Amino acid sequence: MTTPEPNSFPRLAAGCRLNEKSQQPRVLLMPERALRLNGPSLEIVERCDGKHTVQQIITDLQKIYAKAKPEKVEQDILGYLALLRDQRALDLE
Amino acid sequence: MSDSFSGPLALVAELTHRCPLHCVYCSNPVELANRARELPASAWTRVLREAAELGVLQVDFTGGEPLARPDLGEMIQAARSAGLYASLITSGLPLDEKRLDELVRAGLDHLQLSFQGAREESANEFAGAQAHAQKLRVAEWVKRRHIGLTFNFVIHRRNLDQLGEMLALAESIGPGRVEFAHVQYYGWAFANRERLLPTREQLDRSLDALKKAEERLRGRIRVEYVVPDYYAKYPKACMGGWGRKVLLITPSGDALPCHAANVLPGMTFENVQARSLRWIWDESDAFRKFRGEAWMPEPCRSCDRRAQDFGGCRCQAFLLAGDPAATDPVCSLAPRRGVVDAILAEVNAAPPATPMPKTEWLYRPNPA
Repeated sequence: MTTPEPNSFPRLAAGCRLNEKSQQPRVLLMPERALRLNGPSLEIVERCDGKHTVQQIITDLQKIYAKAKPEKVEQDILGYLALLRDQRALDLE
Repeated sequence: MSDSFSGPLALVAELTHRCPLHCVYCSNPVELANRARELPASAWTRVLREAAELGVLQVDFTGGEPLARPDLGEMIQAARSAGLYASLITSGLPLDEKRLDELVRAGLDHLQLSFQGAREESANEFAGAQAHAQKLRVAEWVKRRHIGLTFNFVIHRRNLDQLGEMLALAESIGPGRVEFAHVQYYGWAFANRERLLPTREQLDRSLDALKKAEERLRGRIRVEYVVPDYYAKYPKACMGGWGRKVLLITPSGDALPCHAANVLPGMTFENVQARSLRWIWDESDAFRKFRGEAWMPEPCRSCDRRAQDFGGCRCQAFLLAGDPAATDPVCSLAPRRGVVDAILAEVNAAPPATPMPKTEWLYRPNPA
């Protein structure tokens, strides 16, 4: 499992999308499966729009979760993005 | 199991039993529903709304061939309006780019394209139709649109040795996901079982190749496959457990816990035109019959795996052991495992797959 490049732009892959804001629980929908999203994972996936770099997502979440250790936040995000990429839910451009 | 009675996550919508293909392993029942009994789009629209209210996240439009319904776009749109993720499970016939655009505009999220192999001649033989070349065109069209694409290769004794070619075909087009689905022995496949079951040696070789492909393609194509259950040590968690995750509606509106349940004797399946989906899911005898653990015989009842595989498949228990409430005979712990072992012994004693005259297949016909 290679680590996502900080300067790459994650974007949800074809056939993958969030359900509507009005729907609960929030889930990432993809072919033949759905991934339930909690607070931080939803914050991450909402930013996988091809406009945020990996680094920007890390910086944003370090602000939102200011009480957590910054390096832990970074590690968790990189791990989560790699997982989504390996499930083919994410393109890193 | 506190979640046994929560709502289903997926709805399988069989829009029709009509199909331009006649696959020798079709999962449709041997008794096919005719066109006159098909639910109209208005009824499906209501069913899709009720499904979303029950907690369903995804709908698979399947058949038969769902493209045979001219109002398919309307139903995809209804699914999206209800907040569902819409997949089309299709052979790719009959389809052109104009119709595909119409379906994408209606909100299609994902298209799963079936393949009968990598070689045109034999693929067309298994399908009983000239279909393979069209599938390759459809794959290219879908790739150019921003929707999900899955290749589904149905594999068995007669095409398992083409696995490398199937992987090469997938790699050359690049769907996000490729599924290698061993034939499951119900319906038409049960009738053709002796010609379709792979040998142990074929299976071992293919599992090794698939494991390697999964590693090699990670991050590019998601490769998925399962061991065919006659060869497995434990049964599959059929449909994720009876009445736990999935609800299937037949073309005429009967609600079933799985594709094959209508082979089971003594069952009454409710129709969505008479009952709400919620009542069918929560209250109907058919959905409660094998839900949970109360129905289980030994060795399931005291088995550590009972919450993992739920005693296996009820239809298989009926087809192989004559009793829908028996432990699935494919389980190595099942009292009736001998039935499966005898079938496998016969398959493995036979010479490896040789070309077989077409007339030996029992082809699935089209309903009236």
